[in-house]
Amino acid sequence: MKFAEELKKSFFIASWFILLTFPIMVIQVNTIENIVIWRWHNIILIGLGSFAFSFCWQIFLNKKSSTKLIAPAGLSPLNRLMNEPRLYRPALIIIGLAALIFPFVFSHYQINIMTTALIYVMLGLGLNIEVGLAGLLDLGYVAFYAVGAYSYALLNYHFGLGFWTALPVGALLAAIFGILIGFPVLRLRGDYLAIVTLAFAEIIRLVLENWNAFSFGPSGISNIPRPGFFGRNLTPEQSAIYMYFLLILLCLLTIFIIHRLQHSRIGRAWVALREDELACQAMGIDKTKAKLTAFALGATWAGMAGVIFAAKTTFINPASFTFLESAMILSIVVLGGMGSIAGVIIAALALILLPEYLRVFSDYRMILFGAALIMMMIFRPQGILADMRKKYEFHKTEDSRTIKRDVL
Amino acid sequence: MNYFWDLFLGGITRGSIYALIALGYTMVYGILELINFAHGEIYMIGAFTALIAASLLTMQGLSGPAVLVLATVVAVLYAAAYGFTVEKIAYKPLRQAPRLSPLISAIGMSIFLQNYVMLAQTSDFLPFPNLLQNVELPAFLNTWIAPAEFMIILTAASLMLGLTLILKFTKMGKAMRAVAQDRTMAMLLGVNVNRIISRTFIVGSVLAAIGGVLIASHVGRINFYIGFGAGIKAFTAAVLGGIGSIPGAMLGGLVLGLTESFATGYISSDYENVFAFALLILILILKPEGILGRSSQQKV
Amino acid sequence: MSNVLEVKNLTMNFGGIKALDRVSLEIKRNQIVALIGPNGAGKTTLFNCLTGIYTPTAGDIIVHPPQGKSRRINGMKINQITELGLARTFQNIRLFGGMTVLENVMIGRHCRTKSGIAGAIFLPKSTRGEENDIVNQSYSILEYIGLTKYVNDLARNLPYGAQRRLEIARALACDPQLLLLDEPAAGMNPQETRELEGLIVRLRKERHLSILLIDHDMKLVMNLAQKIFVLDYGEEIARGTPQEIASNPVVIKAYLGVETDAEIN
Repeated sequence: MKFAEELKKSFFIASWFILLTFPIMVIQVNTIENIVIWRWHNIILIGLGSFAFSFCWQIFLNKKSSTKLIAPAGLSPLNRLMNEPRLYRPALIIIGLAALIFPFVFSHYQINIMTTALIYVMLGLGLNIEVGLAGLLDLGYVAFYAVGAYSYALLNYHFGLGFWTALPVGALLAAIFGILIGFPVLRLRGDYLAIVTLAFAEIIRLVLENWNAFSFGPSGISNIPRPGFFGRNLTPEQSAIYMYFLLILLCLLTIFIIHRLQHSRIGRAWVALREDELACQAMGIDKTKAKLTAFALGATWAGMAGVIFAAKTTFINPASFTFLESAMILSIVVLGGMGSIAGVIIAALALILLPEYLRVFSDYRMILFGAALIMMMIFRPQGILADMRKKYEFHKTEDSRTIKRDVL
Repeated sequence: MNYFWDLFLGGITRGSIYALIALGYTMVYGILELINFAHGEIYMIGAFTALIAASLLTMQGLSGPAVLVLATVVAVLYAAAYGFTVEKIAYKPLRQAPRLSPLISAIGMSIFLQNYVMLAQTSDFLPFPNLLQNVELPAFLNTWIAPAEFMIILTAASLMLGLTLILKFTKMGKAMRAVAQDRTMAMLLGVNVNRIISRTFIVGSVLAAIGGVLIASHVGRINFYIGFGAGIKAFTAAVLGGIGSIPGAMLGGLVLGLTESFATGYISSDYENVFAFALLILILILKPEGILGRSSQQKV
Repeated sequence: MSNVLEVKNLTMNFGGIKALDRVSLEIKRNQIVALIGPNGAGKTTLFNCLTGIYTPTAGDIIVHPPQGKSRRINGMKINQITELGLARTFQNIRLFGGMTVLENVMIGRHCRTKSGIAGAIFLPKSTRGEENDIVNQSYSILEYIGLTKYVNDLARNLPYGAQRRLEIARALACDPQLLLLDEPAAGMNPQETRELEGLIVRLRKERHLSILLIDHDMKLVMNLAQKIFVLDYGEEIARGTPQEIASNPVVIKAYLGVETDAEIN
């Protein structure tokens, strides 16, 4: 009986995990007071948890290998929904209306959380250009975010530069940084590129932390002004609403631009680059140029998001720009679906909002991200919403063809 | 001269630990072409298990070398088990996947293990008992080298010698080299590739755990995050020496340890990690095949 | 007739091993030339040198574009060589699996078009026109090759023979003057091979292409090629018309590895 066999296997696996996690989960030593705390109840948790987990794991893995033979990777229901104009058009209108009235219904605190989530939408979409479209695994994306945030903070501190001037300047500086870093490292193979970007980001963070004369070290920079509204100063509440709408607008702009890019000559070159670097070059695409544009554009968005972040929190220090931040943005892209705009937006909102509203999540946030990265790679590498390629329809007429394009 | 000698010894000591961890990276890369991002976490878990075991044993009234040996054994066993399990969960299902998939999975595993230890234990630094202190050295050595440093260098050197001999002469070692050269061919010749991959992870984890115990008792404190920094540095060492090359990892570890030691000693200690990361970037840009690695032509 | 490509004394060393040893060949305009030889003779290495994937150790590769100056292309970047009019297919198919069939061909148009980021975002008339042209031209190529029924399918889901033909379609989209086909018939059944043969003939006649072809299918090679070069161990051992090659004892020896006398007896 196959079922019994799977149960038996799950039982073995559960025992293995109990044994494996025993010292870390059960024993807690206090070396100063020489006390040991034994947390035996954790054994039961681990046992039951891993039993259920391995059981599901086997079922899913079996399902995955069997469906692969029958049908090419199926689309999720969500994907099908997105293809149905009668359904997604009203949905879009509802979402739009909800976004409009949101700040007038909910509290100051909620608006701030939503604004943070929208910053991550921007970051996710920006990183999506690098990772999702061009296939450049950037583990140091947070470096560009830091460049944006510190450009605004420092330019404001030294020269009194306002938010609206700093926004393009921060974006530009981040793009220049992207090109400076990208130029030497983009020759490297994918996995090396990942490590080098990680190292670059860590160097930037360490410099910010230690070069007190430049960046005010770990204590950071405070009293960064919020954006003004045509020269008027706003109360914090007004300012929160203002920031919210500002971000909604910027996100819409981002979506528009990335959508256009995705289905353009450049966007296709990026995807081809992701699929097969050598064949891409043999088709006449300049690899370095394509990579560099993707890298610089991704950096631009991180730079903008950084300026906004600094303006929103009015205080920044290097602790906001650790590797974990990069990992979180990467999780957003991977979970959402590499290359998929809607997927990335959904993932960004979910990953930022869930821990805020469900306190259970907030403690376990990072561990869940980690687990999610592994699970997604194994069971659904295309993400919650797969990147759909554009389809073309051709109709024969007498002397020319008319082309009809589908949206997705 | 004395300061120089201290820095030199410090560099060699650090370097031999980096080399021990780097071996895990290089062996896995040699076989799977995968940067095992979670390798640093295995080292961290080794150190944590050793701390727990050592504390329990000390409370039972044991002391001295017995605690050191027993705690190391426990750490090694557990690290091996973790390494084995990590491979089965996060990498094995992705053998046929595109190149970046297992790397992302490895990053996920690394984040998972860090937070697992943080949630189950603590996010604070824990003091680690100095297990190497009680070793007595002959008088003529004592003037030159501290016992802890001597022990670390000696242990690391003998482990590396042992590994070299295993790879050269045992059946398992030969199979490992065969799989690294050509996985399909090795499989056709009857090598159980999955078993060899598992064993590679186990060997790498064992070395990392020993490295973890040695460095933890030398530095005197650990937390859940030590694996990240050590991991990147060890990876740097592996790349420095030429990834995939066993003697390369050893050499790379020593070069990195010395560089770090002298740079922090003579330039500035604030930027300790910056030196390592900068070295990594320079190597990858200027000579990605490393000191001892061979450059590979892409097959078309 | 003028030459499209000239290769003079091309040598390629891999760490002491001579994969190519002073190979010379030339391809005339509108000519089908075949490159044959046993496995490991250096045929694909030669392709890789011609298309810029390897930088040859010594020798010259000279391209004569229909208009403009002749260029020595050793050490040039892969994409620059494609721009000069050399397009290739790969022995082990290297399509962009996650893109549609049409998009695969559209990628080939990349080096003949030029709209950039600003064009993509603001979509001025010129970009719209260019994009329309890309789609139309790519579709015509698919019609020419006979792949229109797969237009919107992902390339990785195509049957094997269609994937091979899509590789040719993609290369055609680069507007080459010289097409390099690396074992285009490998793995095809006799029916598909016959169709491929017809296609290659048409490419030369209707599109006026010069073609350099590697294949192990001798019937195909003998039917198509006007000139054949034979490589063995990185050296040229024979060249000539199909008839000359078929009766050349050196070639037979290289292929069968036995003394020709024994073969005759």
